[in-house]
Amino acid sequence: MPLEGNGKIMKKILELNNIGKKYQAKNGEIEALKNINLKVNEGEFISIIGPSGCGKSTLLSIIAGLEKQSSGELYIDGEIGYMLQTDSLLPWRTIYKNVLFGLEIRKSKTEENEEYVKELLRKYDLYDFKDKYPSQLSGGMRQRAALIRTLAIKPRILLLDEAFSALDYQTRIMVTNDIFKILKNENITSVMVTHDISEAISMSDRVVVLTNRPGTVKNIHNIDFEMENRNPINCRESPKFSKYFDTIWKELDVYA
Amino acid sequence: MHENNISEERKKYLRKIKKNKILIIIVRLLIVIVFILGWEILANIGVIDSFIASSPSRIWDTFINLSSTNLMEHVGVTCLETIIGFTLGTALGIIIAIILWWSKFLSNVLEPFLVVLNSLPKVALGPVIIIWVGAGMPAIIVMALAISLIVTIMEILNGFLETDKEKIKMAQTFNANKQQILTKIIIPANIPTFFNSLKVNIGLSLVGVITGEFLVSKAGLGYLIVYGGQVFQLDLVMTGVIILAIVAAIMYQAVVITEKIIVKRG
Repeated sequence: MPLEGNGKIMKKILELNNIGKKYQAKNGEIEALKNINLKVNEGEFISIIGPSGCGKSTLLSIIAGLEKQSSGELYIDGEIGYMLQTDSLLPWRTIYKNVLFGLEIRKSKTEENEEYVKELLRKYDLYDFKDKYPSQLSGGMRQRAALIRTLAIKPRILLLDEAFSALDYQTRIMVTNDIFKILKNENITSVMVTHDISEAISMSDRVVVLTNRPGTVKNIHNIDFEMENRNPINCRESPKFSKYFDTIWKELDVYA
Repeated sequence: MHENNISEERKKYLRKIKKNKILIIIVRLLIVIVFILGWEILANIGVIDSFIASSPSRIWDTFINLSSTNLMEHVGVTCLETIIGFTLGTALGIIIAIILWWSKFLSNVLEPFLVVLNSLPKVALGPVIIIWVGAGMPAIIVMALAISLIVTIMEILNGFLETDKEKIKMAQTFNANKQQILTKIIIPANIPTFFNSLKVNIGLSLVGVITGEFLVSKAGLGYLIVYGGQVFQLDLVMTGVIILAIVAAIMYQAVVITEKIIVKRG
């Protein structure tokens, strides 16, 4: 088994082998993804970044099993959780009923699981708000509630699809920080799709850059700030941050 | 809300809102009073011929006379037919909309038929309905259904199809099946749509019921109005129309109140 720098054994949890996706439409065939290869180890935080329309979200849908790939193989070891662009809390349910939604759908609303959800609510400061309705909570709290709804099914891999893009900038930085800490705390492997380069660098261990459609892996950047207790806020102060930003930005070929 | 420490400015603002609200109610009442008084006075001094236009006092007399005989029975019949019409219309509409939502194929197949049925004046079906279900209350209810059902199906199906895609996707990320998406997302998200169609259907069912009563019945407000017209008793016609307006308003309010009780958040 390959070893990480600090000697920890790295265990493969997710692997994409030559994943391709073609869409059939009336006016022709669209090739969204081509030959995507990626190996993700347990506990890693991976960001996928690329020009708009390059098939980033399609890739997440394929990993989540919402869509079927046209070619290639997928290896997944463990339960998958998914976080969408908006919190998608149901306005007619209380926060508690909302965070139980996934368990209810999976028909696994046992006493033990409910206890676990309550513990999560307590741990992440939402317990006092459990009988409130989503409209009574702030954007950051709603996003945390959405995360707890996902964590309730005890996923080992979390997919984040532009999960913070609906928030304003200030809230976004705080929420990113919160969620990053929760994910590290619960030792969850994460794959995040984003178009925000700084967000990708500040959270990830590796940033995967995709090409224009058909999306394929252009480059993978290892992000290492060489600091203890790194978090999305403190790593922004590192001089390496702007260096990474520059490299990735140039690679994205954005023409104004 | 801390009621005890509101600023002077806020108090002023709240007073202004309250004043405006009261003013609106006063003006509304004034319109009604001026209308009734004007009608009565003009009828008394002979500007309006009260034989063909009736007058408030004659309507009142008719109302009192009818109450002593069988007015309540007529009102009851119409109310019953209307309530059956709009609850049945809404319930059937919801069920058919669910079926069409479930099967995209079926909804594609049926779309042109629905469009044609929707623009067809349902009153034209009157004679057919009478022959098929017989002259009487069933015919009247079928008439009310014919008028309200298609609109209900289209409105509710539209609401279903416009349900927030992100919420549906969220349910799918937990591997929800179609039935779970229907019962846990689509239906609860569309409770306001259901109440909207109930409200619309009160009006439509009343149209159906009154038309039906014009055609076949021996009781009900529609019957009363037609009878009044035939014997040239405009007092009776006007009384019928006014009671009808009151009945419609009460039913509408009943639905609004039910909605407030059921939909706490939205």
